Amino acid sequence: MKPLTLAATLPLTALALTGAAPLPSGDLTVSITLPRINSASYHRPYVAVWIERPDQTAVRTLSIWYDTGLPAGEGKDWLKDIRTWWRKDGRGLTLPADGVSGPTRAPGTQTVTIPASRLRDLPAGNYVLAVEAARELGGRELVRVPFRLGAANTASGTGETELGAVRVSVAR
Amino acid sequence: MSRYRFSPLLAAAAGVIALMAAPLVAEAHRAWMAPSSTVLSGSDAWVGVDAGMSNGVFIADHAAMRLDGLTILGPDGQLLEPENMMRGRYRSTFDVHLTKQGTYRIANVMGGVVASYTLNGERQRWRGTPAEYPQGLPEGATEVEASLSAMRVETFVTLGDLSDDVFTPTGHGLEMVPLTHPNDLVLDEPGRFRLLVDGEPAAGLEVTIARGGTRYRTSPEEITVTTDADGIYSVEWPQAGMYWMHAAVQVPGADGKLPLSAQYNGVVEVLP
Repeated sequence: MKPLTLAATLPLTALALTGAAPLPSGDLTVSITLPRINSASYHRPYVAVWIERPDQTAVRTLSIWYDTGLPAGEGKDWLKDIRTWWRKDGRGLTLPADGVSGPTRAPGTQTVTIPASRLRDLPAGNYVLAVEAARELGGRELVRVPFRLGAANTASGTGETELGAVRVSVAR
Repeated sequence: MSRYRFSPLLAAAAGVIALMAAPLVAEAHRAWMAPSSTVLSGSDAWVGVDAGMSNGVFIADHAAMRLDGLTILGPDGQLLEPENMMRGRYRSTFDVHLTKQGTYRIANVMGGVVASYTLNGERQRWRGTPAEYPQGLPEGATEVEASLSAMRVETFVTLGDLSDDVFTPTGHGLEMVPLTHPNDLVLDEPGRFRLLVDGEPAAGLEVTIARGGTRYRTSPEEITVTTDADGIYSVEWPQAGMYWMHAAVQVPGADGKLPLSAQYNGVVEVLP
C-alpha cells in the first residue's frame, strides 16, 4: 500500500493573500477503521472524507481513495458510487488532485492528517466530518462526526457495516 | 391489475394505434423510458435505455415503443446517434455512449396532424406533419376536422458535473423545464419542475407521479400533484427509486391554431 501524502497545497504566500484571519487551529487528524469483511469477492472500498457545515452543505473534500492506478483513469468510473459525496462535492472536482486523491486502503485503522495550512481559510466554528465508503459487490455507508475548528477537541462516531470507528481530532 | 392487460381486443387496438404513432395510446398504456444509470463518473460511459408502453411503469409486458422521434441531445448541443438499437416484442432498447461531461436529454417526441375530411361523399382520414397541413389534403376535401397531437417521452443522464443547456424548451407540445436538476434528486429534498404547453406555463394541470417496482408491492403508491399558476409542481419523494411523471392537456383550437392534444412523460431517478 502506498502511503497517502497530504502535503500543503497552498504556498504560504498564497495564504497570506487570502485575507482570511488565520485560524488558530492545528492539524486535523482523522482516523478511519475499515472493517475486515469476509467476502469471497472482497474489494477495498472507495472512501471519501470531506468537511460539511452543520446544514450538510459541503465545504471541502479532504481525501478520496479510489483505484488511482488503473489505466486511462478508469478507476474514476465508480466514483459516483460514493453517492452522497459525489452529489455534494465530487462531481465538481477534477481528479486526481494533489494531496486529496490516493489509492484504496486495506482493512484496519487508517489515518489521514490534514495540515493546518489547508484549513486556514475556514472560519472557526462547528463543522461536520463526513466519511463515506462504497464497496464493489458490497454496501455503502456514511458516518458524520460533528467537530469544531478553532479549539482543541476530539469527536468520534461509528459505522455499522462498511465503516468502523471514525475519530476526529483537532490539535489546538 | 388492470383489465386492459387481459383484453386481446383492446391490446390489438392499442398496437394498431402505436403503429400509427398516435399519442392517445398511453391513455390506456403508459409510455416510459428506463435508463440503466442516470448519474455517472469517469471520462467515458455507456447508458442502456429500455423504452416501452405498459400499465406498470418500467415493466416491459405489453408493447415496445416506436422510437421514430428519438433525439439524444448532448451537453455540448450536439445530437448523438443511439447505438445497438433493437426492437423487441415488449421493449425497444438502445445504448447512448457518453463522452462529453455534462447532462444529456434522451427524448422520443411523436405526434403530428390528424385530419378527417369528406371527399366524394366518403369520410376519410389524413395524417401528416404540421408543415404538410393543410396543403397535403387532397383536392376537393370538405368538412375538414383537424387536430394536432404531441407526445414527449424523455429521461436525463449526466456524466460528471451537472449542466443545464439541454433544458431549453422547443415551445411545442407539453414540455418540462426542471427547477431542480433531474440528475440531482435525492430523498428528503423535494423536486420542482415547470410544465409548459406550447412554451407557456401549463397552470392547473394534474401530474401523476408513479414509482417503479409495483410488481413487488400491493399498492401502486402513486402521487398526484397539480401545477400552480406558473406551471410549477413540486414532488416530495416518499422513497428512492425510478419515477415516471405524466401529464396530459387538451387545448381548444383558436384562429390559426389547431386544437392540441399533448402529453408529457418524464423519467427521473431519485437516489437515497
